[in-house]
Amino acid sequence: MEFWVELVASILLVTGAIFAFIGSLGLAKLPDFYTRLHSPTKATTLGMGCLLIASMILATYWQGYLSVHELLITLFLLITAPVTAYMLAKTAMHHKLQILEKTTDKYLAKRAAERMAPQHIESDH
Amino acid sequence: MQTKPRFRFLPSPLHSLLLFAVWLLLNNTLAPGHLVLAAFLALTIPLLTSGMQDPHPKFHKPFLALRYILRVLGDIVVANFEVAILVIGPSKKLNPAFIAVPLSITHDLPITLLASTVSLTPGTVSAEISEDNKWLYVHALNLTDKEALIALIKQRYEKPLMEIFECSI
Repeated sequence: MEFWVELVASILLVTGAIFAFIGSLGLAKLPDFYTRLHSPTKATTLGMGCLLIASMILATYWQGYLSVHELLITLFLLITAPVTAYMLAKTAMHHKLQILEKTTDKYLAKRAAERMAPQHIESDH
Repeated sequence: MQTKPRFRFLPSPLHSLLLFAVWLLLNNTLAPGHLVLAAFLALTIPLLTSGMQDPHPKFHKPFLALRYILRVLGDIVVANFEVAILVIGPSKKLNPAFIAVPLSITHDLPITLLASTVSLTPGTVSAEISEDNKWLYVHALNLTDKEALIALIKQRYEKPLMEIFECSI
């Protein structure tokens, strides 16, 4: 029994670590600010999720009662991650950070910074 | 603007339930003392804060909401794998794009939920919303088909949210 619990927990820990690492790798590797924004908001969420589930399983097994407060961490993470991404994107647009050259519809960033509706310029298609 | 609550001493039953659950989760216990304390907090905090709340559309279909949450959780896992693969793969192949998604839902709460869902799920991050709340600006990491992505966001996420909150179209 103990072997199987530990096996599942270790698999989850390793998977979580890999995803968290990929999230950080994306920060270093992706070409511009906006693409970099994606890896910590997504890859890290699943990484943290796996680590927290592993923690739940181990704590429940060792302590002998159900340990669920890790669910709260997941909840807070799911609430805060999009808000952080949104604030960062907003700041980036106001600072007019350089956008990767091949990005489609770059003009939308300018419209978005002014919070205007997009003009329907269909010329760039 | 304040809508009259259904029960005077329980202005927002859902918030009370949430507070009750969060308190018990925080303490990781079901001890009787904490049950009483949780009930006390769940009853008093909404009473004290009910005056500060903005009016928002009523929450209608709890089962649909539950299904929506499960679907989003599943999609988060899928999106995580997709983004992880994109991050590992060569950056030259990426096709990042800005997209403006026309919104049909109204009211702040549903729009916030939609924007958060979009940030967490299909390879996109919501960046800004237009002043008239009619356009959601989204940055996609790897865009293949713009119309398909807009249709996906509208069909898969916006429509259930509209039904849950019964927003006017």
